[in-house]
Amino acid sequence: MTEPAPRQTDTQKKERLVSLRPTAPIVPPVNVSGRALMVVIAIMSFLCAVTLGTVTMVQEKAETWQGDVASEITIQVKPADGLDMEKALLDVRAVALSFPGALTAEIVDRRATARLLEPWLGEGFDMDALPVPRLVIVTIDETAPPDFSAIRQSLAATVPSATLDDHRAWASRLITMARITVFVGVGILALMFATTMLTVIFATRGAMVGNRHIVEVLHFVGAETGFIAAEFQKHFLIIGLKGAAIGGGLATAAFLVLGFWQSNSMATALNDQVTALFGRFTLSSAGYFGIIGIVVLIAGMTALTTRLTVIRTIGEIDRQRADPSLLEIG
Amino acid sequence: MGPEILRDLTFDIPKKSFQFLTGPSGAGKTTLMRLLFMSLKPTRGLIRMFDRDISVIPGEELPLLRRRIGIVFQDFRLLDHMTTYENVALPLRVRGKDESSYRSDVIELLKWVGLGERINVLPPVLSGGEKQRVAIARALIDQPEILLADEPTGNVDPPMAQRLLNLFTELNRLGTAVVIATHDLSLMDRVDARRMILSEGRLDIYD
Repeated sequence: MTEPAPRQTDTQKKERLVSLRPTAPIVPPVNVSGRALMVVIAIMSFLCAVTLGTVTMVQEKAETWQGDVASEITIQVKPADGLDMEKALLDVRAVALSFPGALTAEIVDRRATARLLEPWLGEGFDMDALPVPRLVIVTIDETAPPDFSAIRQSLAATVPSATLDDHRAWASRLITMARITVFVGVGILALMFATTMLTVIFATRGAMVGNRHIVEVLHFVGAETGFIAAEFQKHFLIIGLKGAAIGGGLATAAFLVLGFWQSNSMATALNDQVTALFGRFTLSSAGYFGIIGIVVLIAGMTALTTRLTVIRTIGEIDRQRADPSLLEIG
Repeated sequence: MGPEILRDLTFDIPKKSFQFLTGPSGAGKTTLMRLLFMSLKPTRGLIRMFDRDISVIPGEELPLLRRRIGIVFQDFRLLDHMTTYENVALPLRVRGKDESSYRSDVIELLKWVGLGERINVLPPVLSGGEKQRVAIARALIDQPEILLADEPTGNVDPPMAQRLLNLFTELNRLGTAVVIATHDLSLMDRVDARRMILSEGRLDIYD
């Protein structure tokens, strides 16, 4: 024997007879204009993220250069009549290391010196036949550098043909150049960002034009402005997030792929050339966070533009109330 | 400034009343309906809805006042991405009501207007008459205090027109004031109701 089925109420019977699809969203799912907006957002996000990544890379490269230059000084020993070069180099090193703030002093040996000159003099030249100066590279404590003028005086007394180059002139030019590069980069980024925002704003407003009738119907069936704005904002925020994430993701992937290619094709002519021109294609965490920031900002801007457009549309509908020239004769 | 379409009109819509608004094309029926729906402001004169001068109602209060009005637009204004059921349920949805609280009422009303088999159909595949009935059902679903219907039987056959008229009178019996703008004299003959005749911008009322 089975239990008798419980009796159904009238409402349950009625609802069982009618099956409904899941309720459609107030704002229609992505249509042609929505997809076009997503593509525009993706392209602009990609360009913006690439610009940001490049500026970050240049800035970090410039900082590294500055750090490298500031952490080293070079002592050059020129050949002179009766000068024992090897002894002079050892003396120079000893003088340099005797000053607090000098951390290490490395003599650039004959082979390394010859390699430095290879681009100009070719391979296999006789170093002894030419008056080639030799170098001692001294690394210094950047926070507490040694007294350069005292080193110069001491060198003049010990090895008169030795000269100290603290790279100040070079460093100041490099720093100026780096600052200009970063300044220009930030300028380009600002322009790119402004362009992106304007494009996103206009594309969003364009996509919203096709939804004006929905705003109107919702307004006329008693939906409050906040409700309508929230529905459209939610919808366009998702479009903005998707587009910006695609663009930002592609830019990130591009940096990762280029970085991977660079580290896996070391010592090839192409790689050396690319590295010399553009540096290493590696983004720091600041670069990645910047790209995430761009994605969030663009999505937020899309949502905000939508909200303002809805409010403006409802304002226009209400303004038409008061404008007798818009009367529809019936 | 455009031409003055309506002038020197004085009338009221009493609670629980039933009236037809008629007149030749271009007489201003739709304009008057829009004025009553507060989607137009009068250039001069006074219109009071729910004891408020409509010229000075702030925009943010309009949606709340419109919730007390059911309107059937001449051009239906259905949302094409929503089914018949979803269009009719829209006024309740925007009021924040839970679907389970109105689901059976919406289905019941759709059956009443002869759309029981078209519940899950999208407006683009509905006929003109079916769209009109969806628009009517949407206007009635929240039992408004006043119903404004612009040519509500313009696209339906006489039996369906009679059925819709019965729906309006039933709604009126339950307390809704009804204003029907129509050209259809036979429709007006079926109900003993006040007739408001617009002609050349003037209004004559026959109780």
